[in-house]
Amino acid sequence: MDGIATGSIYAAVALALVLIFRSTGIVNFAQGEMAMFSTFVAWALYEAGVPLGLAVLSTLVLSFVAGMAIERALIRHFEGGEPLTLVIVTLGMFILLNGLAGWIWGFENRGFPSLFSDDAVTVGGVRLSVESLGIVAVLLAVVGLLFLLFQRTKIGLAMRAAALNPESSALLGVRVGTMLMLGWGLAAALGALAGVLVAPRLFLDVNLMGSVLIYAFAAAALGGFDSALGAVVGGWVIGVSENLAGTYVDFIGADLKILVPLGIIFVVLLVRPAGLFGTREVARA
Amino acid sequence: MRKAGIVWLALLAALVMALAACGRGDEGGGGEGGSDPGITKDSIKLGGSYPFSGPASAYRSIEQGAQAYFASVNADGGVNGRKIEFVTLDDAYEPPRAVQNARRLVQEEKVFALFNTLGTANNAATWDYLNKQKVPQVYVATGASLWGADVGAHPYTTGWQPDYVTESKVYADYLGKEKPQAKVAVLYQNDAFGEDVLNGFKKAIEGTDIKVVAEESYEVTDPTVSSQMSKLASSDADTFLDVTTPKFGAQAIVAADKLGWKVLHIINNVSASKLLVLEPAGLDKSQGLISTAYFKDPASPEWADDPAMKEFKDGLKKFESRANPEDPNCVYGWSAAATMVEALKGMKKPTRDALMDSVRNMDTEIPTLLPGIKVTMSGSEDAYPIEAMQIQRFEGENWKPVGEVIQAEH
Amino acid sequence: MTRPRVRIAVICALAALAVAIPFMFGPYRVGQFTLVLVYAVVALGLNLLVGYNGQISLGHGAFFALGAYSAALLIEKADVPHLLAVPAAGAVCFAAGYLFGIPALRLRGLYLALVTLGLAIAFPQLIKRFDGLTEGTQGLTVIQPVAPSWLGLADDQFLYLLVLAFAALMFLGAWNLVRGQLGRAVTAVRDAEIPAATLGVDLGATKTRVFAVSAAYAGVAGALYVFAIGFVAPEAFTLTLSFGFLAAIVVGGLATISGAIFGALFIEFVPVYASDVNDALTGVIYGGVLIAFMWFLPEGAAGLFQRVRGLMDRHRDRRAWASEEKDLTPEGGAA
Repeated sequence: MDGIATGSIYAAVALALVLIFRSTGIVNFAQGEMAMFSTFVAWALYEAGVPLGLAVLSTLVLSFVAGMAIERALIRHFEGGEPLTLVIVTLGMFILLNGLAGWIWGFENRGFPSLFSDDAVTVGGVRLSVESLGIVAVLLAVVGLLFLLFQRTKIGLAMRAAALNPESSALLGVRVGTMLMLGWGLAAALGALAGVLVAPRLFLDVNLMGSVLIYAFAAAALGGFDSALGAVVGGWVIGVSENLAGTYVDFIGADLKILVPLGIIFVVLLVRPAGLFGTREVARA
Repeated sequence: MRKAGIVWLALLAALVMALAACGRGDEGGGGEGGSDPGITKDSIKLGGSYPFSGPASAYRSIEQGAQAYFASVNADGGVNGRKIEFVTLDDAYEPPRAVQNARRLVQEEKVFALFNTLGTANNAATWDYLNKQKVPQVYVATGASLWGADVGAHPYTTGWQPDYVTESKVYADYLGKEKPQAKVAVLYQNDAFGEDVLNGFKKAIEGTDIKVVAEESYEVTDPTVSSQMSKLASSDADTFLDVTTPKFGAQAIVAADKLGWKVLHIINNVSASKLLVLEPAGLDKSQGLISTAYFKDPASPEWADDPAMKEFKDGLKKFESRANPEDPNCVYGWSAAATMVEALKGMKKPTRDALMDSVRNMDTEIPTLLPGIKVTMSGSEDAYPIEAMQIQRFEGENWKPVGEVIQAEH
Repeated sequence: MTRPRVRIAVICALAALAVAIPFMFGPYRVGQFTLVLVYAVVALGLNLLVGYNGQISLGHGAFFALGAYSAALLIEKADVPHLLAVPAAGAVCFAAGYLFGIPALRLRGLYLALVTLGLAIAFPQLIKRFDGLTEGTQGLTVIQPVAPSWLGLADDQFLYLLVLAFAALMFLGAWNLVRGQLGRAVTAVRDAEIPAATLGVDLGATKTRVFAVSAAYAGVAGALYVFAIGFVAPEAFTLTLSFGFLAAIVVGGLATISGAIFGALFIEFVPVYASDVNDALTGVIYGGVLIAFMWFLPEGAAGLFQRVRGLMDRHRDRRAWASEEKDLTPEGGAA
């Protein structure tokens, strides 16, 4: 059960990664740092006296706007060019945001209040914390909303089209630029949500997301980079397998614990290269 | 065509010239007759390498504390009329950069001594070079027991804080008195720091009835320690030794609480900060925690009226206003700098060897250290400056000392 | 002067400059340039894989570490002479890269990136696991090469020139490779897999071979790193290093040989300057410079030079046409 809770953390960030990928076709290395930055903003608001719920909501909105602004002002310049250039730009953003957050708020560790109460309930003999359940519930709700957005709304369809084939979509009247901005805005907001969900457990400092990002990346890859549900399931698989790794510690040694989730991913990708839930790419000859 | 080639040449030559420092032939030599580089009759230049960026950036506040102390000493006229300049470089906690910083500080900045360089690996990477160059590398900011283990091989290097072996001896000592049959579960960071404490502890409990019944490690790059805590909680231990850095210390406290694991929780000194660990985790969950201390906690009301701590807080506010006065790392840096100044005061000549003499033959009290804890070194018999710690227990809102200061010499 | 002659002239000038460096600067700077050479060799190898072959690796730090540790252990524990340790490290990494390249064949893009990332994460753990051999987190100090007295050089100068010699060999090798059969196969695989296959290029073998070669480069660089720094520890081989290498090749210019030098200069000097400017804002400055660089020079530094060269070519051609036209238009006296 603990694995699911940890896995939910990875899943939350993985969702943001998947969202950016689905709507813009790139992987954003700075996703975690953007989420961390947003979480700091929420913290600052809360410390200034704003009630938690309102602080979080405002942060989500601010992050949405910021995400759109970043796409328009920075990322747009690189669209259509060499993809690696954009990867390096997101890397640069990673370094910049990390340093900026540290400069503004300091590099020390601090706490973050939880949106959920501190209690636990017992379900079927297993003790579950309200917080873990809450995170899972929020994640599933987000997955559901994303599904509705992408599969059932015109905007969602437009966003997917803009990501898959910008030229044709533009010809068909899709405002590609706006769709991309929306994608980034949503992903930023989602990242912020992930941040405020996990900060109470992980505690807030500038390196909050640094370690999570790798696992989130792995979760997204495992689940399939274009599947929101896959990201969540991927996260849980990794969380649980990390937990299980502890059981086999004596065999492989504590240092190599991390190889268990990595190994699982490796094997899955060898067998199903597009991830568990991803759509298989068929290359046209 | 010819032009293009010349243009490239010119561009490249310009680039290289721009990178040129003062060029070769300007090395070695000393300051004024009879003294070493970096020291003149009105100034002393010290050099340091800290992680201003990167994963260990939380420790940068140590440098702030040190700079504040030097600045306040300078405001009072300096040391024997010499003002201290502390040049610090960023190494992002990476050994290759630490090596380059050491070279730069010695060769370009021509510092008198290196002070308080941070990180076990970083110092291990540079100590051969520094000792070969006969440059003091004093009061390094790491608790590895390495620095005092072989004075002959590295006479110019010393540690400062009570090292991890001393610390683990203190815990073993405490358990020996309070819980001689303790069954201990250990969570430790899988690096030199964690291993040093764990191994020191194991050695210290040899021959006693205390046993380590479970151990779990975590990487500093891990997001959480929840799975390790679950495993430890399911062992039959009645004592929990927590060897973590602040973020993970806070997680461990919360995890223990959530798991309902109510055992004697010993948390190591690095994670004993009220500001960085206990408050984020929740003071209510931190009741009964045992730890050690050797300097005064800036967040504790016990020292609110203490003149040394007041001086610290004033100095910090005046000279390093961006620093957080409740951050224990600042007190650490301040105290180490104070020790450095004592050593500088004790120099008989303005030379590096004289500094090492002064460092290695010292018996002094630093006002921001806890009463009863002294800085003593004695040639090659006592190569560890601070070897005493105070056990403390967290009750109510603060740490309260328990018992006497424990001397745990090597 | 014709184009090839210009190029030769430039290369000679560069070589002269490179050899002159240890005599122009103090030991600290020379040490920095030595590291630049080390990083340039890695960048060269990585560029072969990423720029020329179109694959991706976020884990070259692991091969670098493997090379470094191989060399360190051979020198310190097996008394192997320094010079032999370099090709040995390269060979070890070639084998490792080949082994790794085989399963990696099935993956591309993001998924390959992830797996290489996993490699970069796993390797420091392996170092710690086998700490009986590697000294684990304590780190291992390695004796650095010492200048023989008959040369009359200082240690840092000798070290630089030694590393330069190896680096020059690696550059020559890469240059040859790119122009040779493997090189053509390699770029063909990147640009157009299917046609390449129909023309008889063995995709799988090419890809694994490139992976192996690129890993070998990182391995040689790792051994040279040990010469330069004299110390290895798991902390020295972080993810940041792997990302740094990737940044280096993009900043320098993908699919260019000269790009390796620019990229190496960038990742060695810019972080230092960033923290000199303001140590509280180190990350902000470095990240900002990286982004700005990509904004203004998306093709990297080498791309800039190519563009300038292109401009100059056009200028030269236009002048040639202009003078041709003059010849064509009737002069004053003609009818």
